[in-house]
Amino acid sequence: MRRSLHLVLLAAAVLGIGSSLAAQLRIAEIPYDSAPDVLQGLPDDVYIGEAAGVATNSQGHLFVYTRTGSPQLTLGTERHFHRGNGAARLFEFDRAGKYLREIGQGLYGFVFAHTVRVDQQDNIWTVDEGSGTVVKFNPQGQVQMVLGRTPEYLPMPGFDRVSSGPPPKPTGPVGTGVAGDEFDRPTDVAWDKQGNIFVADGHVNSRIAKFDANGRFVKSWGSLGTAPGQFNVPHSLVTDAQGNVYVADRENRRIQVFDNDGVFKTQFINVGTPWTLCITPGPNQYLYSSNSNDPREFDRDGEIYKMELDGRIIGRFGRAGRLPKEFSTVHAIDCRVDNQLYVGELTSWRVQKLTLKTK
Amino acid sequence: MSWELSMRSRVGLCFVGSLLLIASVGAQQSAPGDGQAAVQGARPNAVLKPVSVEGGNWRHALASPKAPQIPWRSDPNFLTLPAGMLLGETMGIARNSRGQIYVFTRLGDASRLLQFDQNGNFMREIGRNSYAFTMAHGVYVDAQDYVWTIDEGTNTVIKWNPNTARPEMILGRRYESLEGLGPAIAPIPPPHPYAFNRPSDVVVDAQGNIFVADGYNNNRAIKYDKNGRFVASTIGTRGREPGQMHLPHSITADNAGNIYVGDRNNGRIQVFSNDLTLRTMYEHVGSPWAVCISPGPHQYLYSSNSNPDQNLAAVNAVTGEIFKMELDGTVVGKFGKAGKQLGEFSTVHDIDCRNDNEILVGEIVAWRAQKLRLGATGATGAKGATGAKDATRTSNTK
Repeated sequence: MRRSLHLVLLAAAVLGIGSSLAAQLRIAEIPYDSAPDVLQGLPDDVYIGEAAGVATNSQGHLFVYTRTGSPQLTLGTERHFHRGNGAARLFEFDRAGKYLREIGQGLYGFVFAHTVRVDQQDNIWTVDEGSGTVVKFNPQGQVQMVLGRTPEYLPMPGFDRVSSGPPPKPTGPVGTGVAGDEFDRPTDVAWDKQGNIFVADGHVNSRIAKFDANGRFVKSWGSLGTAPGQFNVPHSLVTDAQGNVYVADRENRRIQVFDNDGVFKTQFINVGTPWTLCITPGPNQYLYSSNSNDPREFDRDGEIYKMELDGRIIGRFGRAGRLPKEFSTVHAIDCRVDNQLYVGELTSWRVQKLTLKTK
Repeated sequence: MSWELSMRSRVGLCFVGSLLLIASVGAQQSAPGDGQAAVQGARPNAVLKPVSVEGGNWRHALASPKAPQIPWRSDPNFLTLPAGMLLGETMGIARNSRGQIYVFTRLGDASRLLQFDQNGNFMREIGRNSYAFTMAHGVYVDAQDYVWTIDEGTNTVIKWNPNTARPEMILGRRYESLEGLGPAIAPIPPPHPYAFNRPSDVVVDAQGNIFVADGYNNNRAIKYDKNGRFVASTIGTRGREPGQMHLPHSITADNAGNIYVGDRNNGRIQVFSNDLTLRTMYEHVGSPWAVCISPGPHQYLYSSNSNPDQNLAAVNAVTGEIFKMELDGTVVGKFGKAGKQLGEFSTVHDIDCRNDNEILVGEIVAWRAQKLRLGATGATGAKGATGAKDATRTSNTK
């Protein structure tokens, strides 16, 4: 066991990873405080489940896209229809954390929450892993655009009486992924200054899809694999002011950076398993990345890294755990105000507001 | 720890078909000679033939047949629900320090956690529409009046703050719905310190350590500290060796921090020290569906040899009673029998014994909870009077 560890370390050093490992050992701990009970005033029969997505708008309002149940299947029908039926819900809170309203209650595509993000015009975007849709709401909460389509029914091999079955999945040469917005368990959405839309797609297709501001498909890149430009669960993505795209390539334990056209630029391999990313606005941008603990594991990982955009680590904070200030599988970070973060967690059903104490 | 697997008692079990039970209990030395004599409970694991017939997951033939009867009566309808609401399968029932009652039931599309005042009047519901609830299994109230729910559908054990009615700690994780319907033959995933597979019960000791019975598939008891960090676990494999389990269905603790696990399908209560080292086993009280230890300086252990929920007449005839024991396993007495009437038990699934002489039980098959007054022969309860005729049983051993 120890020998193999040495071998791994040796190999890592040979590959030039050793220096970054050594750097990681010297990473500064960033002191911080947490306000764990951020969300107040929920109606008695409304509960936050897994806080998969959190995001603020320019007013400081907080949006939480949460897993609150399981989709329901209609039995006794020729096909197996399924509906979210309250399994994913989107709530809005004011800047003090007071409950304001629910958006899109019972919406067709609200099946299994994954992410919510707010763009520069305060439009609210949800990414639903269960329905395979990315939905744009205007600030009033009306649907403005839908990318992807919810499958009409749930294919159940061996039980389907429909001879045609599900449509065959489009395939193409390695690197092209699938065209258009046929998402399969998408995970995240981001935009550049021109309004181009980037979708991380996702748990199955292992690619990034780019659309113009009108939702027209432009291109996509990536496939399942470990080479630069390939992904194994692209789980989160953000863009910087120059339009570069940062992808949390979770199962490959790296952050990949692409230019606006998807050309690979660099990768960061020194921040553990990146579950979720956030990039601050303003002239001096910072990148946050969470090395979230596996939902079944609380004895290691869990910390969040603060980085320069070139990958240099400024510091780290937090660890896995269930107490306030500890992290239970962070799944979303909002960093609209630098050093004042909201984090949403999977294995504790809460949102924490963190204040980093930097010099 | 070495165990003498001596054949101190040999029990022959013979099933004819799946109904007719002929139990030749040769274990009379572990049964009382006269009605009041103590039953020695603690003994090493006897070498027993596994019962392999269909549905044969009962070991009621081992239950002490001559334990004295404790008189009891039932208060019918002691819970008053909101108009139009009826209980479903009553999986969990527990009182807090003020005597308020929590009932965890399977109702409608999910689990429902209902709170009643000391008089049984409905107060409020907690957790409606929450991510925690699909298939209720148990509820527990700790010394600080935190309410703990065990949901075998969401694989979670949740600590609810009684003041805010919001979750304060979540143990385990609900399966992602995207995992969908797995093939029935899919192997059960290996146990993990922080994940459950159909957990069944929880108890908190005086130091705040949390003990989870996990449960239908992982067959183990787990200890966490008060912050939810893993400390220890039992072996975690299904079997009949000491420390192994076959459906740990209920768990409780005494003042000294010993942990009692109702090892249901093995027909025994396993007693562990606080670090989950096995100390002894009680194999003379049938299948422990529910175990409960009363508070106070002199603690008693209650264990329900519940009648299985298949409603088999021959089995119901010899099951259903609740045993009252000293902590060392000595049987003090027993009460109840299988049946559908008030005062009878339809598969007791949970016991609350915070008040030693006023036991609450929740039943699966009867969709109800009962309040039982022990030793209450001829007593007239405020509500009990109407059902006294059917609900009163007297001792037949005195």
